[in-house]
Amino acid sequence: MSGFQRYPLKKKIMVIGAHVFLAILSFIWLMPIFWVVLTSFRGTKGSYSSTFFPSSYTLDNYVKLFTDYSVFHFPKMMFNTFLVAAASCLISTFFVISVAYTLSRLRFKMRKPLMNGAMIIHLFPGFMSMIAVYYIIKMIGWNEGPMLRVAMIAVYAGGAGCSYHIAKGFFDTIPMALDEAALLDGANKWQVLIKIIMPLSKPVVVFTMLTSFAGPFKDFMLAKVLCGPNRDYYTVAVGLYQMLDIEYIDQWFCSFAAGAVVISIPVAILFLCTQKYYVEGVSGAVKG
Amino acid sequence: MKTRKKRSSFENNYTAVDALKNGSWLTRLSAVLFGVGCLARGQVIKGVLFLMLEGAVLLYLFQGGIYNLKKLITLGDMEQQKVWNEAKSIYEYVDGDRSLIILLYGIITLGILLAAFLAARSSLKQAYKLETMKKEGKHIPSMREEVQELLNGNLHMSLLLLPVSGVLLFTVLPLVFMISMAFTNYSVENNKLVLFDWVGLENFRKIVDIGGSLGQTFWPVLGWTIIWALAATFSNYFLGMMLALFINWKEIRSKQMWRFFFVLTIAIPHFVTLLIIKSMLQPEGAVNILLRNLGIIGMKESLPFFTNTMWARVSVILINIWVGVPYTLLQVTGILQNIPQELYESARVDGAGPVVTFTKITLPYMLFITTPYLITTFTGNVNSFNVIFLTTEGLPRAVGSTAGKTDLLITWLYKLTIENQYFDVGAVIGIMTFITLAIVSLVTFKFSGSNKNEEAFR
Repeated sequence: MSGFQRYPLKKKIMVIGAHVFLAILSFIWLMPIFWVVLTSFRGTKGSYSSTFFPSSYTLDNYVKLFTDYSVFHFPKMMFNTFLVAAASCLISTFFVISVAYTLSRLRFKMRKPLMNGAMIIHLFPGFMSMIAVYYIIKMIGWNEGPMLRVAMIAVYAGGAGCSYHIAKGFFDTIPMALDEAALLDGANKWQVLIKIIMPLSKPVVVFTMLTSFAGPFKDFMLAKVLCGPNRDYYTVAVGLYQMLDIEYIDQWFCSFAAGAVVISIPVAILFLCTQKYYVEGVSGAVKG
Repeated sequence: MKTRKKRSSFENNYTAVDALKNGSWLTRLSAVLFGVGCLARGQVIKGVLFLMLEGAVLLYLFQGGIYNLKKLITLGDMEQQKVWNEAKSIYEYVDGDRSLIILLYGIITLGILLAAFLAARSSLKQAYKLETMKKEGKHIPSMREEVQELLNGNLHMSLLLLPVSGVLLFTVLPLVFMISMAFTNYSVENNKLVLFDWVGLENFRKIVDIGGSLGQTFWPVLGWTIIWALAATFSNYFLGMMLALFINWKEIRSKQMWRFFFVLTIAIPHFVTLLIIKSMLQPEGAVNILLRNLGIIGMKESLPFFTNTMWARVSVILINIWVGVPYTLLQVTGILQNIPQELYESARVDGAGPVVTFTKITLPYMLFITTPYLITTFTGNVNSFNVIFLTTEGLPRAVGSTAGKTDLLITWLYKLTIENQYFDVGAVIGIMTFITLAIVSLVTFKFSGSNKNEEAFR
């Protein structure tokens, strides 16, 4: 701060002004988040309130969320989401790492065509195929009962192989000389992957795991189409979305806010843990 | 040249064409009877596996595959019928054809046929390879050696098998299924939800035809989609970059904290924040209430965030800035630190001001590095369903139109298919979105010059 004291007045004003500007901007930026936290503690019901700040505060919205099972069974939804997220996270991490390693380190005839294929798939609107996925799931007979969870896991993890870019970008930055040295020493390529590349790639493995774990918490469209009226298998995203239905919004709006706070906490923690890897992965992917 | 040379090294010497031309009768036979080549040369297990595969395919074809293919031509024509049952003396309903199921099964059968063709090709190649190896007196690998090779030279096959099957089943198959719907009349119109037919390019004509009612909706929606995607991409990009540069300014204290504030919005699931913003911007929502309490607008007034076309369009772009800028901030911060400092030093020596430094050094550098990222963002914005659907829902809507003023192709597609069951038109719109994106990405890639060599820095 001693440097700041010696600045000319004009510069002092500029620096202070910059900080004030940042403060105001971040206040506006975070306003929706403040508001949802405030609403989750609001004492009065309904989606509208005549004042910005609640007139009374209560914990009832949280209590209702976890104890009132008449319409929405929130703990069950949490359980479903955790189950689906954990399973699909394991499978899709395996898929993503396999594909990324293969495309980054191995050379074979189909490599370019596969990469182009993945790019083309990305250009199609994602849920254009959602109805088709629904019919395929129905054909297999997974659209009812406990198999719905399997269906969700399969759908979340099934297509994961296409989003290998960040992991591949990371693998691309590991020097090829390491592989070559190991191969000269008589290792086969599988051993290179397990013994050399994997230990070096912990950040990107963690990143992939955490992002795919967060997936089912964020997606409501696909789960909604798959579940249809099967309330027992709703994920939190579908459940929360339903709370804003005309039928329930008046009773459940504040609990929706409470639910939003509850699921945002794990997702936010996950995100803050992965942030560093995200930056590294992305800047690695576009580097060069 | 280096890459070309490398490529030829995994070019296969044993092609299917050569095998048919030069192979022995046994080799040629293995195109029809999979695996006989392998069996004859001592690779028994592999040969048996090939044969079993062929057996399974044939079994499937006779069990129902051929029937499915035959049905695929007409997509079924039998309606549900009432049949008089003498014994019980009641009318019984006999299930008619369901075109959708026929279409799905037909496509799966075609996929299996394609796989069988590839297997035939592979069997032929294997047989030819073994034949040549035998002639040249080389050692023919045993099953154990082949399995070991799966962890080494053929590791790509073992690693890709499951992920690629997953993508084929849950991404490619649904896509093909939807694309084929574009050539049918599967729609609520004329009650074609159970039985429908192939109609060729009719749906494309309807969409492109500017005189028709669909065409009159399509072109404005396409126009707004492109405006939206451009505005969203560039506003995010430049505002994100400016914010990153601003926080990077050496006079700003506790940079980490400011970055954290802005990035925090990513951490909360978007569907939650977007629904919150939606309720905040309603005529009686929190923002209007706040403005009323502050006395900026009258007690009965409210700003028409989502009800006036212009306001709604600006609002969604602003909301998208809120959603998107943190991502840019995250990525740009990393890249900014990679810009060689010498460039800035010499610019300062030459007396360049901040504006010149930005336009001559920072921007060109960033553009060079982030072009692929820009394309991805553009694609993401064209397909950005949540930002529109969860806030304005595409409203305000003109009378008698299926699309609202803020509807993108993707949300219109949703309304057409899931809400209104015009599956045929929906599929066409999906294809149109793809075509638009493909053109834009190809052109940008061609002109951007960052057709980067991915191995440059190893």
